[in-house]
Amino acid sequence: MQYMLLICTDATAPEDTGPSDIEEWVEEMDSRGIRLSGQRLRPPTDATVVKVRGGDVVVTDGPFAETKDWIAGYDIIECTDLDEAIEVASKHEMARRGQIEIRPIWPFE
Amino acid sequence: MAIRVVDEALAEASASERARIIATLIKITGDWELAEDCTQDAFAKAVTEWATTGVPTKPGAWLTTVAKNRAIDRLRRSATETRAVAELAVLESLTEVDVHELDDDRLRLIFTCCHPALAMEARVALTLRTVAGLTTAEIARAFLVTESTMTKRLVRARAKIKAAGIPYRVPPAHLLPERATGVFSVLYLLFNEGYSASVGETLVRAPLTREAIRLTRLVVALLGDDPLATEGLGLLALMLFHQAREESRTDATGDIITLEHQDRTLWNPVLIAEGRAALAEATRRRARPGVYLLQAAIAQCHVVAPSAEATDFGRVARLYEALGVVSPSPVVELNRAVAVAMSQGPEAGLEIIDGLAASGTLEGYYLLPAARADLLRRLGRRTEAAVEYRAALALAPSEVEQRYLQRRLAESTR
Repeated sequence: MQYMLLICTDATAPEDTGPSDIEEWVEEMDSRGIRLSGQRLRPPTDATVVKVRGGDVVVTDGPFAETKDWIAGYDIIECTDLDEAIEVASKHEMARRGQIEIRPIWPFE
Repeated sequence: MAIRVVDEALAEASASERARIIATLIKITGDWELAEDCTQDAFAKAVTEWATTGVPTKPGAWLTTVAKNRAIDRLRRSATETRAVAELAVLESLTEVDVHELDDDRLRLIFTCCHPALAMEARVALTLRTVAGLTTAEIARAFLVTESTMTKRLVRARAKIKAAGIPYRVPPAHLLPERATGVFSVLYLLFNEGYSASVGETLVRAPLTREAIRLTRLVVALLGDDPLATEGLGLLALMLFHQAREESRTDATGDIITLEHQDRTLWNPVLIAEGRAALAEATRRRARPGVYLLQAAIAQCHVVAPSAEATDFGRVARLYEALGVVSPSPVVELNRAVAVAMSQGPEAGLEIIDGLAASGTLEGYYLLPAARADLLRRLGRRTEAAVEYRAALALAPSEVEQRYLQRRLAESTR
């Protein structure tokens, strides 16, 4: 099964000043054939929102929802089941520094 | 064939075989909805067929075959429409499977129903529906929601298991401890469903409580030396102490007999011994006592006492106090009040209960006015007691409890 890991910030997360180990995570998940792709995302201050209303394209700055927490990146992973996806997500440094939402990919049938 | 015989056989099969049949069908088809529907169909068919042909010698095997055939029919029909190769492969295994070789299936079912990715209310509902075999209507009543709300909750839960890829298995060793904690709370709920029977007329639905005990033993064995097994042992002891008193809890007409009036010679010494052994083993492991261990210790105070008067209520009150620290709850406080009333006198207990009543946290809970009424009666304040018994009566969930309260009411208005 494929899942998207939404790598999110969490304003309530305890301070974690330890060194980053994201490269080790990427290396492990790539070598296990789990991580298919993934990127960091620029912060919401660099976001643009587009809507079409009454035929007009409406462009605004900023994220579509005002929340304290935002999506900082994503990974697409291939796992046997949710428990494996949970294990993979729990090893990501942002599970300690922020939070990760696991969403199953919904393929077109 | 007498309807009553058929009803009893169906109730027995529902409690002991339903989960096994569902678990088996899920394992083979991977489809929770199909598994439950076909099992339901098999029971529906049994209602009409057993009334004319009689109850088969092996009701479980009969139901399994009918459910299996129903699943094959449904898969075959959808297979001809979609020519789904996978489903045809399933069909093959379905015709070959021997149900009773899959003995751990119910455990697998429980761990899946109790997966932390499901909301707690969904876990409980799914376990009661799928493992315990309660109807959606019964579960809805127990959780004070409408049947359609509960139906939606169950549909969503089953859909999430499939869509989110929640594995259908007993978790591997490194995941067992955390998953077991969630399972314990659901198992205890299951036990209580059987023991206090919030639904129907029978006070004790023995197959449900037996099932909860059996599954708890299994989970404890699975956990081995893990510190979490300690709480499992506590839960096991707690269930066994309750179960040991089963025979003495009701009289010949099915009316409730309270702990203090129960015939202690009816208590099952084998179950008490097993419970004491489980509690001793848990104590030997020196883990910090959690909610189940403390409740088991309380239950042990009652079952080891030679008479109600000889119960160490001071110790019971102290254990309830410790329980209130680990898991603060107004129900625990209510029980502490009763123990305090027994060890220090009704006034001391009444004081705590009045504080609880004033806080309003137990509004609508029939045991609050019932406990208050008992203490008032003991103090000879019969008019006030009668008022409280009437309040409790209006809130009592089942007929046996209502009859018990009516008797008490009659005593205090005599």
